[in-house]
Order: sequence, then C-alpha cells, then structure tokens
Amino acid sequence: MALLVSAAIGLLTACGLYLLLRPRVFSVILGLTLLSYAVNTLIFFGGRLSATSAPLALPGAQGLADPLPQALVLTAIVIGFGMTAYLVALALRATAETGTDHVDGNPPRDKPPGRAE
Amino acid sequence: MNHAPILPILLPMAAAIALLLLPAANRRGVALVSMLAQLVVAVLLLAMADDGTVGVYRLGDWPAPYGIVLVADRLAAMMVAVTTVLGLAALAHACAGSDRDGRHFHPLFQLQLAGLNGAFLTGDLFNLFVFFEILLLASYGLLMHGGGAARARAGIAYVVLNLTGSALFLIALGLIYGTLGTLNIADIAVVLAQVPAADQALARTAAALLVAVFLLKAALLPLSFWLPHVYAAAGAPVAALFAVMTKVGIYALLRLETIGLAGAPATVGLLQPWLPVLALLTIAAGTLGALAARRLAGVAANLVLVSTGTLLAAITVGTPTATAAALYYLPHTTLVTGGLFLLVDHLSRERGIKGDTINNGPPLPRALLLGAAFLVLGAAAAGVPPLSGFLGKVMVMQAVREAPLGGWVWAGLLVSGLVVALVLARAASAFFWEAAPDEPPAPLAEPSLTGRRTVAALLLLVAASPILTLAAAPVAAYARATADQLHARTPYIEAVLGTQPDVQRERRPHAQRELGK
Repeated sequence: MALLVSAAIGLLTACGLYLLLRPRVFSVILGLTLLSYAVNTLIFFGGRLSATSAPLALPGAQGLADPLPQALVLTAIVIGFGMTAYLVALALRATAETGTDHVDGNPPRDKPPGRAE
Repeated sequence: MNHAPILPILLPMAAAIALLLLPAANRRGVALVSMLAQLVVAVLLLAMADDGTVGVYRLGDWPAPYGIVLVADRLAAMMVAVTTVLGLAALAHACAGSDRDGRHFHPLFQLQLAGLNGAFLTGDLFNLFVFFEILLLASYGLLMHGGGAARARAGIAYVVLNLTGSALFLIALGLIYGTLGTLNIADIAVVLAQVPAADQALARTAAALLVAVFLLKAALLPLSFWLPHVYAAAGAPVAALFAVMTKVGIYALLRLETIGLAGAPATVGLLQPWLPVLALLTIAAGTLGALAARRLAGVAANLVLVSTGTLLAAITVGTPTATAAALYYLPHTTLVTGGLFLLVDHLSRERGIKGDTINNGPPLPRALLLGAAFLVLGAAAAGVPPLSGFLGKVMVMQAVREAPLGGWVWAGLLVSGLVVALVLARAASAFFWEAAPDEPPAPLAEPSLTGRRTVAALLLLVAASPILTLAAAPVAAYARATADQLHARTPYIEAVLGTQPDVQRERRPHAQRELGK
C-alpha cells in the first residue's frame, strides 16, 4: 500500500515536472495541475495510511484518523484551484496580447523571428 | 485579550471587501482611510512590542500547538510598519490616476497588504503558506494592472514560477507535519530538537525545501532571474509595493532559521557554506544587471537583487550583531527602492516618449525637485556617505568581519556600491545635465505627476533615508533588541506555547507509523 502510494506520487511529480518544462503554456498548466495532485496526495498521507481508523470521533471510536491533514489538503486544493483558474485566464490573455502561446511570448527559435506566419 | 495583532490583517481585508462593493469613483478615499488606519495600528504594534513583550493572539482562544496563533514580536511589528509606510506612499502615488488603468486596483492593493501583514504576523507555517498565497494572488492581479504585452509575458513566468514554489512549499509542509506532527513554528523548535534519528533525514529535507521556497521569494541567485523582468514591467506603485515582497522571503527565512531550526541536530549546518556564496553572487549579478540595464526601472529592479544579496550575506552569519545590521539595512533598502520606482514614474512621464530609457531627452520642467529626489535616493541606494545606506553597509561589514568569506563580502559590497553609484550618476547626468535644449518637449504620453499627493508620496520615501540616518541610534537600538529577542528564542517560544497545564500535549507514537512498513 505504502509502496503503491509513494510510486503514484512520484509518477505524478515526474509527469508534472516534464510537462512543466514544455514550451507551450497549455502543457505547463497541465504540468502544474499534475504537480498539485501529487502534492495534495503527499499532504493527505502525511496523516498516515490506514484502512481501519475511524474518521469521526464518535463515542467508542478507536485509532482516529488525523483530521488536520484533511483540513490542510482542503485548503491547498481550494487555493490550487483558484490559482489554476487564474493562470488559464492569464494564458488566454497573454496569447491574445502576444500572438503566441509560447511561455516566453516569442515564437520558437527555429522559425525566423519577425516573419508573419 | 489584546486584539491589536489581528488588526493589520482584518483592516485591509475588510477594506478590500468594502472597496469591491463601492463604485470606482468613491474608492480612493476609502482606500486612503484604510491605509491611515493601518498606519495607526502599525505604530501601536511597534509601541507594544518595543518593551520586549511578545504579543500572542490566539484565534478562538485555542491553546497554541492546536490552535492558530498570531505573534507580534519586535520583528513582526517592524516588518508591518515598513510595509505600511511603503504601502501608504505607493497608494498615494497610484491615486494620481494610474489606479484607473484597470478595474480593481484598490481591492487588490488592500488584499496584498493583508497578505503581507499576515505573513509577518503568523506563528504557524501553514498560515504562512496561506498568507503567501493571498499576497501572491493579489500581486498577480496588480502586476497585470494596466495590461500590455510586456506585462502579460512577465506575468506568465511569474505566476508559473510562484505556483511551482507553492507546490514545493506544500511538499515541505507535508513532510514537516508527517515527521514532526506540528506546523506551529514555536512547537517545531521544541519537537525538532528531539526528533528521532530515523526521521532526521526527512526533517532536514523538509527544512531545505522550505529554505528553497523562501529564497525563491527573496530572489537569491539561481532563483532570481524572474525578478528584473517582473519588477521592471509592473506599474510604478505596484513595483514600489513589490519592493517589500522579496523581504517577505528574507523575513520568513530569518524567522524559521532563528526560531524554528537553530540548534536542532537535524538541521545543523543547513545553510552553510553555500548561502553566503550565493548571496555574494546575487550581489554581483544585481550589480552587473544594473550596469547593463537600459531603463531606470531595470536599474531599480536590479538594486532589489543587490539588497537581497546584502541582507542574506548578513543574516547567514547567524550572530545577533549581524542580524541587527541586516534589520537596520532592511527598512532602509525597502523604502529607498520603493522610492526609486516612484521616481522612475515621475521622470518617465515628463520625458514623454523617451520614457525612462537612459539617454538624453528633453529638458525637465521640474528638474530641481526630481533631481534632488534622485540625488538623495541614489546616494542612499549606492551606500554613499552620509546617508543610511552607508551606515547599513558599515554595520553589515563590521558584523561579517569575523565570518568565513567576510573579506569577500567586504569586497563585494564596496565594489557593488561603487558600480551602483556610477550607474546612477550616469543616468542622472543623462536625465538632468545633458538634456538636448533644442529638442522640443515631447508630447506627454500620460499627464505628468504634479499633484500634491504624488509629490508627497515621493517625498515620504525620499525622506526615509535621511530620517533613518538622523534616527540611526534609536533605529539601530531597536534592530539590536530585535536581533537579541530572536536569537534568545525562549521569549518567543514561551509566549506562544505558554504554560498551560490543562492542555495534554499528545504526540502520535512513532511505533504506530505505518508508512515505513
């Protein structure tokens, strides 16, 4: 279980990092989204993996699940969601203003600069 | 309970909400009133912290390791005061007209202040993250204020970089909570000292990630390439307010290092020896960037890098004397850089299409006022005697004399000061002395800034350096007391955690850890 979860977090992070380094804004946004999934999962499992702990502190409940990481991850999800929404809007605006969706706002190097396509 | 520590967060947040509801025509007055109220609160906090008490505000009166605390000690009060003075000047400057370039300048500005003040006051790492996000989200909006391709281009890089930084921050928080079971800075200090050997590597990794995130905000060299573009692209009042944003990273590093990490076996030697080297390289990069910049805004943006390098070179020494020197230099450099950004706006508007490009332009109608402002700000920024930049650098140099690399820091600061003076003198002679008199004054792209408010805003920041020079003794004494309070650690930790006999401090037993199996 622990191995599976760690491997999933690692895979998400690796894919996120790869996409983050791509030249197009859309891939970058996808990369950030994957990265935030990985991070949220990591925080969530900071409260330990367990299949038997009770989620609520009802009378008689044993071995309670840690509620704090759940609260933290909720906050992180909300913030990440807002940020991604802003980034998408910003990327659309930047594409409109600069005429390209390249992250530097320039057309790629292999095309001669300044020539309309 | 004393409610003062939460007011610097509540006031701008309430003002931001109120401003959203108001029509655009009525916003300036409300924003200025909120700013003045924050100034009163900031002075109150300074006065309260000045006798050495650590003001702790427990939200909902929950005891500390479980509830959330705000902590107004000397350092936090000082940072809030610097932010408020800078914010007042930036807001007054914006009210001359550039606040109408976009729709929601004033609400975003107040939210940014709320985020900044919250980051300085919180005593909890997760809330530090939340306030970082508030100030960043507001800064994304403020950066784009006014629009244009250059801002959109800088904005994409800035937002992506900071989102990646936030992801790293969250990873660090997850690891810290997973190993230590707490996110309260004072509690971390207690728990980290007795973390079992099996968890030390994870705790050290988490601390290193946190340091990396703070250094990204502070713009230390390999993480600093975003800063000149972004600051030079932002509008003048926004760039002036951004001058304090890099200081948030430096503040967080100082707070975490002195209170949270100092003395723990898991994090011993975490910052040495690479941080002083990188600080020196940052000074060099900022100096060269200022030399190469073609616009005065670019020079000012690179001076932010120089100040980051100087502050970190002092802070990494780790003695109270060095921290005190950095804390004297910090308000000086923040206010002076902010003033430079405002001055750039004054100059570029009078020069019409020439803008702030460093070359000959039309004669300036207000050459006396702007020239005098340039002289004071430039001398202060370069660290030329007799102004506070010189005093701050002397204090830093005295403090690093014994430290490893102390000689290099001396050389770096002296050469950088000389080059910056050269750069600013070259710009000043192009702007004020070598004006082409037969060149007709260019048609103004935007109205020039002759209003009383903008002149007052500029003068407020111009006066900061002479005031810090004349009041050097009390300010340096305050900085020294702040450094002593930080390095003593126990006043902060005891004030936050208190001695609450009723609270059972349970820890998750390490035997129950199931991840390792």
